Amino acid sequence: MANVLTAAPHSEEDVLIEQMGYDDHFHEHHDGDKFQSNFITTYIFSQDHKMIAKQFLITGMFWGVIGGLMSLVFRLQLGFPEESMAWLKPVLGKWIEINAETGMGALSPDFYYALVTMHGTILVFFVLTAGLSGTFSNLLIPLQLGARDMASPLLNMMSYWFFFLAGLIMFISLFLNTGPFSGGWTAYPPLSALPQASSGSGAGMTLWLISLVFFVVSVLLGGINYITTVLNLRTKGMNMWRMPLTIWAFFVTAILGLLSFPVLASAFFLVMCDRGLGTSFFLNEIFIGGQALDHVGGSPVLYQHLFWFLGHPEVYIIILPAMGIVSEVLAVHSRKPVFGYKAMVFSILAIGFLSFIVWAHHMFMSGVNPFISNFFVVFTLIIAVPSAVKVFNWIATLFGGNIRFTAASLFGIGFVSMFISGGLTGIFLGNSAIDIQMHDTYFVVAHFHIVMGVAAFFGMFAGVYHWFPKMYGRFMNETLGKLHFWGTMVGAYLIFWPMHYIGMAGVPRRYYRFDTFQSFSQFDDMNKFITIAAIITFGFQLILVINFFYSIWYGKKVTEKNPWGATTLEWTTEVDPGHGNWAGKLPVVHRWAYDYAKDGQEFISQITPLKEGETETH
Amino acid sequence: MSSFENTVYSRNKIHPQKFALLVSCASVVMLFAALTSAYVVRQAAGNWLEFPMPVLFLYSTLTLVVSSFTLYFSYKGFLAGNVKTYKYLLLLTFVLGILFIYLQYKGWMALVAMGVELGTNPSGSFLYVLSGLHAAHILGGLAAVFVAILHAFILPYEVSAKRKLRFEMTQIYWHFVDVLWIYLIVFLWLQQQS
Repeated sequence: MANVLTAAPHSEEDVLIEQMGYDDHFHEHHDGDKFQSNFITTYIFSQDHKMIAKQFLITGMFWGVIGGLMSLVFRLQLGFPEESMAWLKPVLGKWIEINAETGMGALSPDFYYALVTMHGTILVFFVLTAGLSGTFSNLLIPLQLGARDMASPLLNMMSYWFFFLAGLIMFISLFLNTGPFSGGWTAYPPLSALPQASSGSGAGMTLWLISLVFFVVSVLLGGINYITTVLNLRTKGMNMWRMPLTIWAFFVTAILGLLSFPVLASAFFLVMCDRGLGTSFFLNEIFIGGQALDHVGGSPVLYQHLFWFLGHPEVYIIILPAMGIVSEVLAVHSRKPVFGYKAMVFSILAIGFLSFIVWAHHMFMSGVNPFISNFFVVFTLIIAVPSAVKVFNWIATLFGGNIRFTAASLFGIGFVSMFISGGLTGIFLGNSAIDIQMHDTYFVVAHFHIVMGVAAFFGMFAGVYHWFPKMYGRFMNETLGKLHFWGTMVGAYLIFWPMHYIGMAGVPRRYYRFDTFQSFSQFDDMNKFITIAAIITFGFQLILVINFFYSIWYGKKVTEKNPWGATTLEWTTEVDPGHGNWAGKLPVVHRWAYDYAKDGQEFISQITPLKEGETETH
Repeated sequence: MSSFENTVYSRNKIHPQKFALLVSCASVVMLFAALTSAYVVRQAAGNWLEFPMPVLFLYSTLTLVVSSFTLYFSYKGFLAGNVKTYKYLLLLTFVLGILFIYLQYKGWMALVAMGVELGTNPSGSFLYVLSGLHAAHILGGLAAVFVAILHAFILPYEVSAKRKLRFEMTQIYWHFVDVLWIYLIVFLWLQQQS
C-alpha cells in the first residue's frame, strides 16, 4: 500500500482526484492500511467489502451448482420415469429404490419432494438473494459511491459468516437419515409444523428452520449496512440523483429485505413454538395415523399471510439488483445515457412499494375471500406499469446506441427478453380468475422460473462479466462468455417455453409421476425434451464456472483503469484497489452517472467538473 | 476492530453507527408489527379464549418507564460532569431492567396459575410469544447497559466523542425497547377491551 500511496498520478482521473478530491485523512490512521495483514484477515475473516463480495459470489456459485444438479435429478424422474436410475445409487444411496424383481432403480418419492424443496430454498435464498444482492451490493455500493468501505465492516463480515453458517447447516441436513425438509420451499404448515408429518418434517425441518433463521440474520446485517452506507457515506458531490441505478436498486432491495425478513422470522418463530412448545398458531384439528392431535384453534392460512408478506417482496429482492445491474451494463455498452433515469428511479421505488401490498396473489387458491382477492389483483396488475416503464427505457437505451456486443451486454439484452416473456405471463396469473385455473400447473413453474429465475441469473451473469475486471484485475474469456450466453439463452427458452403449454393443458405441478393419468401421457415426449434441454443448459453453466476460475489466475490482464470506458467511480480506482479503495484522496463527484456521448465526447467520468456553460442535464 | 472507529465523520449529520442502529430498530418494529397483526387476524377467526391480564404486567410497565428516565438522567449527569449521578443512575437502570424481567416472569406464572398455559389457546400463546420475544430484546438492552456500567466504573471519566456516541446508542436502544413494550401493552389491553 505504501508504494501505491506515493506513486505519482499518471492518468487524467488521478490528476483530477489529486487536485479536487476530498481528503478524509484515511491513510493517516495507522490501522487503515494494516487492515489486511495476514492470510486469515485477507481471505477468510476479511472486513474488506471487495473480498466479502467475492466470498458471497463464490459461495453462491457453489450453491448454484448444487441446486442446479438437484433439479436435473428430479427432471430425470419427470422426463424418464421408465428408465432405471440405479446408476445414481453410488451418489444418492438409499434414495434410489431398487425394485427386487426388475432391478429397476427409481427415485424415492420422499426424496423427490426433498429435492424440489431444497432446489427452491437454495436457489431463492442462497443463490439469488445472497449470491446476487450480497455480491454486488458489497462490491459496488462503496466503490460507486466513493466510500472507503461499508459503514460497519465488522457487521458486513458477520453478514457473510451467518450466510456461511446457514449454508453449512442446510448442507448437513442433506445427509440426514430421514432426509432434508420435503414440504416445499414455502414450508407451509402442517408439513412444517408437525415433526411427524413426513420423513423430512422432523430433523430435516429443524435444521431448515435454524439455517434460515441464520440466513435472516445475515440479510438483516447486510441490509442495515447497505442502507446506512448509501445514506451516510456518499462522497462529496454524490447526491442521490447522481447515484448510478445499480445503487438505487441495491438500496431499495435492502429496504425491502429489512422490512420483510423480520416478518418471515416471526412466522418461523411461531412455527418453532408449534413444533416444540405445544402451541397451535398454525395447527387445527389434525389427525395423523387415525390419532387426533392436541392442536386446536390454529390457522394454516395465517402462516401463508406471514410467509408471503416476505415472499412477495423477496421476488423483488431477487429481481431489483438484476434490474440495476442491467441498466448500468446496457448504458455502458451501448455508449448512451440510460434513457429516462428519473423514471427508472421512480419505477424502482414504485415496484418496491407495491411489492408490500400484493402478497395475497400467491394465495388465491388458499381460500382467501374472493372479494379481498380483487384488491390484490388490482395492485398486482399495477406493478405492470413501472415494470413496463423499465422495459421501455432499457429498449430506448439500446435504440440507436453504438452497442458493443460483449458477454456482459448480451446477458443484459437477454435479461430484457426474459423479463418481457416472464412478465407477460405474470399478468395472466395476477388475475385471480385465470390464476384459479393455472395456479397448480406448470404454467406457474414456467412463469416464475423465467421472470425471477432465469432473468435474475442473466442480471447476475451480466454483472459478473462486467465487473470481473474490477474484482480480479483480469478479463474473463469473451468467446467462452458468448458461448455461455447463447447456450443459456436458447436453452432456458427450450426448457421453460414448452412448460407454458403443458401448464395450459392442465398438467399439475409438484407431481412425482404422471403415468396414472392417461390424459397427460401425450406430454411424455415434451417432458423428455424439457429434461434433455435442462441437462444441456446446465452443461453451459459449467462453461461459466470454468471460465470464471480459469480467468482468476490466467485471464487476460487489465492494463488500464477503465477498460469499458465507463463514467462511474469504481473505474477511477487502481486496477486492483487496496483497502480503502482510493490510494490518496476520495474522488469528488460533479455530474450524474450517465454522461455518455455528450458534447462529442464518448464518455465523461463523474469526477470531471462541469465545463463553463455546460449544464448537468438528465 | 473496524478501521473506521477513528475516522471523523464531519460531513455526516448523524453518525453512521447511530443511523445503523435506527435502521435495525425498524426491522424489530416489523417483527412485532407482523406478530401483532397476526394476533388481530387470528382473533377475528374465533375460538379465542378471553382472560384478564395479570396486574403484574402494569407494574412491570411502570418499572420499565422509570428505568428510561433513570437512564436519561444518568446521561445528563454524564454530560454535566456529575459523575455520581452518572454512575449510580446507570446502576439503577440495570437493576430496574432486571426487575422488569422478574415481574414479567411473575406475570407468566400468574397466567399459568389462572390456567392459561403456553399451549392452552392461541390468545394465551400470543401473549407469551409477544412478551417473551420482547423480554429477549430487553436482555440485549441489559447487555448494552452492562457494558455502559463497565465503562462508567472502570474507564476514567471523560466526555469524549466516542464515549458519548456509545452512551447515546445505549440510550436509543433502551428507550426503543421501552416504547416497544408500551405499544405491546396498550395493544394487548385494547384487544381485551374490544
